[in-house]
Amino acid sequence: MSVTESLPPDTSGRGAAFSGAEGGDELVIVEPLIFERSRPGRRAVRFPLASAESRERAAGQPELPASVLRSEAPRLPEVSELELLRHFNRLAHLNQAIDLNFYPLGSCTMKYNPKVNEWAARLPGLADSHPFDPEGLAQGSLELMWLLAEQLKAISGFDAVSLQPAAGAHGELTGMLMTRAFHSANGEGEQRTKVLVPDSAHGTNPATATMVGYQTVTIRSNERGGIDLEALRAALGPDVAALMITNPSTLGIFEDQIGDVVAAVKGAGAIAYMDGANLNAILGRFRPGEAGFDIMHFNLHKTFSTPHGGGGPGAGPVGVSARLEPYLPTPMPVLAAGDPAEVLANARAGRSTQGARFALDDERPDSIGKVRSCYGNFGMFVRAYTYIRSNGGAGLRTISDDAVLAANYLRVKLRDRYDVPYDRLSKHEVVFSGRRQKRSHGVTTLDIAKAILDHGIHPPTIYFPLIVEEALMVEPTETESLETLDHFIGVMREIAELAETDPAAVKRAPISTPVGRLDEAAAARRPDLRYVFPAGADDGPSTA
Amino acid sequence: MTYSPHTDADRSRMLDAIGVGSVDDLFVDIPASVQAGEWQIPPPLAEQEVRAELARLAGRNRIPEVSFLGAGVYRHLVPSVVAEVIGRPEFATSYTPYQPEVSQGTLQSIYEFQSLICELTGMEVATASHYDGATATAEAALMACRLTRRHRIAVSAGVSPDTRRVLETYCSGPRIELVTVPIDLAEGGSGTTDPADAGAALGDDVACLVAAQPNFYGQLEPMQELADAAHAAGAQLVAVVEPTSLALLEPPGAYGADLVAAEGQPLGIPASFGGPYVGLMAARMASVRQMPGRLVGATRDAAGRKGYVLTLQAREQHIRREKAASNICTNQALMALAATVYLAAVGPQGLREVAELSTIQARHLAAALEAANVAERRFAGPYFAEVTMRLPDAARRHAALAERGIVAGYLAERNDPALRDTLLLSATELTTDADIERLVSALEASA
Repeated sequence: MSVTESLPPDTSGRGAAFSGAEGGDELVIVEPLIFERSRPGRRAVRFPLASAESRERAAGQPELPASVLRSEAPRLPEVSELELLRHFNRLAHLNQAIDLNFYPLGSCTMKYNPKVNEWAARLPGLADSHPFDPEGLAQGSLELMWLLAEQLKAISGFDAVSLQPAAGAHGELTGMLMTRAFHSANGEGEQRTKVLVPDSAHGTNPATATMVGYQTVTIRSNERGGIDLEALRAALGPDVAALMITNPSTLGIFEDQIGDVVAAVKGAGAIAYMDGANLNAILGRFRPGEAGFDIMHFNLHKTFSTPHGGGGPGAGPVGVSARLEPYLPTPMPVLAAGDPAEVLANARAGRSTQGARFALDDERPDSIGKVRSCYGNFGMFVRAYTYIRSNGGAGLRTISDDAVLAANYLRVKLRDRYDVPYDRLSKHEVVFSGRRQKRSHGVTTLDIAKAILDHGIHPPTIYFPLIVEEALMVEPTETESLETLDHFIGVMREIAELAETDPAAVKRAPISTPVGRLDEAAAARRPDLRYVFPAGADDGPSTA
Repeated sequence: MTYSPHTDADRSRMLDAIGVGSVDDLFVDIPASVQAGEWQIPPPLAEQEVRAELARLAGRNRIPEVSFLGAGVYRHLVPSVVAEVIGRPEFATSYTPYQPEVSQGTLQSIYEFQSLICELTGMEVATASHYDGATATAEAALMACRLTRRHRIAVSAGVSPDTRRVLETYCSGPRIELVTVPIDLAEGGSGTTDPADAGAALGDDVACLVAAQPNFYGQLEPMQELADAAHAAGAQLVAVVEPTSLALLEPPGAYGADLVAAEGQPLGIPASFGGPYVGLMAARMASVRQMPGRLVGATRDAAGRKGYVLTLQAREQHIRREKAASNICTNQALMALAATVYLAAVGPQGLREVAELSTIQARHLAAALEAANVAERRFAGPYFAEVTMRLPDAARRHAALAERGIVAGYLAERNDPALRDTLLLSATELTTDADIERLVSALEASA
């Protein structure tokens, strides 16, 4: 019998809380499903009744025919508002989060999400703005989108930016569709069928290439962790549509041959695509558009601090060079009347921009079309714009300086205990290897990650990039204090020590979390993906 | 304003440990030839200054006093408890639950979300979320291509124009041909898809028929007949639904839909100028291994405790790379949580009240416009909570009312020139009798 079944719900009265290794026995409480809290007839929210007049007048209109009506109400939970709130508050206690503790998840840039951003996104003037409101009523929303795109252009060195893609992978899809549109316009759409992707790339890059019908060709890395330039040159040819490269790479290394890489790609008539996931390391230091890239996606939820939300929403705007601009998704927010420099100067000085008029430009004949409904994850635009304005040019540079400083600090402080296969200057992150622990003591990177959990810290990304054996990918970000970094260093050293002295103890971890290591193989073998209502309890809710 | 915690002393200590003299030394790997030049980013602002700028931008929008605008994005009540829950930092500032031991809150809430969507749609399995309804529809249609190994898609013209445009873009990637099945747009026509037309468009190379219930014009489609037509041709039915309507309308599972896609925005998510929203997708269990995106499943730990994990990940990009079912990674988890809290907050009774009140107010609105001889219904037959009305000189009068803070719905000619002088008017539970009176009298005065 499981603990869930053997215990009455919520014996502690507060659910499981994260209290670190000292938590002990009180951490066994598991919150039942919301369906199990349901009692017929309970409810939280009530709505008014239709007026007698409404019913009377509606009666003259066509009735919903019986053939389209459902016979049984959906079995949604029936709970009071307090029970509902407690349920989700207790679930919240089962999560690790940036606002609770260090979360050095590599490649994800888990930096602090400033609260003024949330204040801004909830302003009724923005949150209640309907995407199809007449443009005259939505000037503020359109201006904000235009201003954000201008800032992203200045940050990245690109000639134009579309905010429409909803996430990084969606930006990649947008970029590859534009790549094909570009080649098709030049009569090379059929001939260019391959996309080159380094072996250190995110999985989204090859998956994106497939969605656009391209064949992925993997390019190996060299012994320094950069792209193998000779292999790249050998692969380039009239059948190559693009190179998708992440810079700094997933190894946390800046590609110092980048000038040669871009020149080789463009020399072969292909598109140079930069995955901008790691932009947090290079603000004010490197502008991909200026360096010759054609396309890059931004991850507003990484570099520009919009909250990750347990897996989204993100936002993945794309910046492009002038030659790709015609293919950007439609519509584009544009300044329809007014001088751009004057509008920017007024906005920057906090002055009114009332004379300027913004519009949505849908007359884009060469556009790849729409990649999502409306114009993008607007709420994320509000947060990212707020963040850029708060930090300003100087602050953005400091972000990268401090992010890089922290990653290098971790590298030098831990490299005696964990292997660093590419021990060079780090950018936003550093990739350690647990191969020493595995070979000498049978302790895997998974074991190390689970042991980190017992210290209340979220583990790094593990087993990625694929080219590093037993990889531990650590991205500290710029918002963690020196004390936090030192604490993490202490934890990592302690675990390395424990792996030598008592490997079994590491393999037992975690012991302080609400659940232990879960049987993922069983989950995949016998998929249980939804609640099944108990037999006899399916009389349906009390609505009929 | 800065969010950096470092003092100069901290930075010095770190630089000393690294063994370099300055932060610039950490960037010597960026060759001089590609180093950034000066940039034009304004200086930092203090919180009060940044608030003033955002308040200025919010103030430049004019939120209508009365609005009948829907067209896929609906103004429903967002219960206070929804914002309270999704604002909790444990949900908002966590990420993809790759480490299940410290992500049970997110994982269990996604399992509850999947369960709720199955219950609402009458389907067997639902994903953890997609970017929005349009991309969920496109991914569902591409999934049907994988399942049937066919390379054409038929889409009803009753599916929203935004969604059809996104579908077109997604199909252009793998070069899948899109065939549009017309709807009856004639004055006094049904405003719906004729199953015979659908049948004619479906050949033995068509993977699926995509149809919306209610459709973009608010009209109710013959979904059973459309499902039958699709199945007779060996194709699948992708039903695009509006989630609040499912309190009253037959769930897609009951009329044989193979795949369901929906925009989840009506479930507790503000309009927010187009996003973030949440795409819903549901299917039959037999198709689960071709589904795109994340799925959460229940399992146990070594001590027998129940817990939740991301599962069937062999479909996904981080495992399968170029062989993945989709490239989707980050989805709309926090918005899926909003929908979960919303559905639990309103419950079966509340959702029914929302649907009933919306459809009653839509009919009240149509009746009032007709009684005043201001506008008449464009189509015959039943509609749900949005009604398509013919209004002489619609564009001018729509603009005139907007000046006064009244949005008289959606001008249908924005998407189809054949629908001149036609308004698409939406009602929800927030539409009051007084709102309807104001619209009628404003339109009367604008004639």
